[in-house]
Amino acid sequence: MSIGEQHIVKSYDEELRKLDDALARMGGLAESQLAAAIEALTNRDSALAQKVMNDDGKVDACEEFINEQTIRVLALRSPVADDLRTVICSLKVAGGLERVADHAANCAKRSLVVNQMQPVAPMRSLVRMGRLVTELLNEVLDAYLNRDAERALAVRDRDQEVDDLYSSLFREILTYMMEDPRTITVCSHLMFIAKNIERVGDHATNIAEMTYYLVTGKSLKDKRPKRDTSPFEGATE
Amino acid sequence: MRDDTQTETPTMLTKMSARGVEVHYGPKRALNGIDLDIGTGDVTALIGPSGCGKTTFLRCLNRMNDTIASARVSGSVTLDGDEIYGSQGLDPVLLRMRVGMVFQKPNPFPKSIYDNVAFGPRIHGLHQRKDELDHVVHMALERAGLWQEVKDRLDQQGTGLSGGQQQRLCIARAIAVAPEVILMDEPCSALDPIATAKVEELIDELRENFTIVIVTHSMQQAARVSQRTAFFHLGDVVEVGPTEQIFTAPAHRLTQGYITGRFG
Repeated sequence: MSIGEQHIVKSYDEELRKLDDALARMGGLAESQLAAAIEALTNRDSALAQKVMNDDGKVDACEEFINEQTIRVLALRSPVADDLRTVICSLKVAGGLERVADHAANCAKRSLVVNQMQPVAPMRSLVRMGRLVTELLNEVLDAYLNRDAERALAVRDRDQEVDDLYSSLFREILTYMMEDPRTITVCSHLMFIAKNIERVGDHATNIAEMTYYLVTGKSLKDKRPKRDTSPFEGATE
Repeated sequence: MRDDTQTETPTMLTKMSARGVEVHYGPKRALNGIDLDIGTGDVTALIGPSGCGKTTFLRCLNRMNDTIASARVSGSVTLDGDEIYGSQGLDPVLLRMRVGMVFQKPNPFPKSIYDNVAFGPRIHGLHQRKDELDHVVHMALERAGLWQEVKDRLDQQGTGLSGGQQQRLCIARAIAVAPEVILMDEPCSALDPIATAKVEELIDELRENFTIVIVTHSMQQAARVSQRTAFFHLGDVVEVGPTEQIFTAPAHRLTQGYITGRFG
């Protein structure tokens, strides 16, 4: 007897593969929703923003499918070891991707307002941060689907870049509002958009940690230091 | 035995300890030198494919292999630090009083329910007076979760009970002599899910007073009832560790292949 890659019961492999396929599909959708939301901002393209908002339902449907499939495998297969980790991680990653798509939709919604106003300078930093987060999300989904723990860890480390960008963007927007109070409306929207994008970065980090657990069976104990300093902005000490 | 995959529960007190245990059946070697510790008050599950040696190992723990003419056992097995094999070894009859056994198929004696449970205490001469023996039988049946079901028909044949009740009767018989360790060889494989659940609940309760070693083919049962799990393969212990770890993140790919159903 030997240990193979496949289960003796072939339909079990099929069900686990369906989970991964669904995650790949959902990941691709969430990624393109985020990319489109950033593009709608960059190009002041309200039609595209509207499309992002309309398409959010597709991501929700993917999540629903993954939830059902997960419950099915848990109930019928009683998975253990790496199979169990696959099922649990699928469920959690799908939850994270659903949030990512919500953040993208919220960015798109706010961009409808932003697009009606005079462009402001912090837009450039915001778009840069958006592109970085899109890249990290893309990278971490590849790592997850390829069961590549090293690559996932690299993404996790790079979340600091996002936090740094977010903190400096926060200051930049504040300065802008102080200089010209007429920009407060548009800048407030940018602030929320930045927060949305920063949250997507956090979800990418979570997926990276899940990937590590999925591959190694170990959870990452050392908590990543939070580098976003914006909560302390304006504090006297 | 591969030491790199042996994980001890940090505070484990050792009840029984096997070192370099080899078993031959005639020319065929069934165990290749097993090192394994059984923790006091733990339920230790032995899992592995058919023919991997888990039952053979279980039977080493109370010298049941002595009853097989072609079987030769070497190496060391200790109970509370005392060697059970060899010229200085414990007397097998006394050993089996301290290390009881429950088999795969319920095997009550063709005697009354009372006499089944009283059998061990009687042959060991543990109790002289009838009321003492009554008490022991009562307590053993109570602990085995069978008292309520049989208290009004103790004089009826043990073989007339249902399969699940018979197995609990066998457990009552095993605990009537107050053993320290109970060995169970697939105790639920002939039982329906309800009877299985009752035996599993019983195992959980017995853990307070006894050390239990259980051989099971049901992965879910091993996961449900045990604190430590040892995976046997081709006469070796491949991996032993806390059950939770074995079933969420086994260290060895053979273990993973077996418990997830990827054995070719």
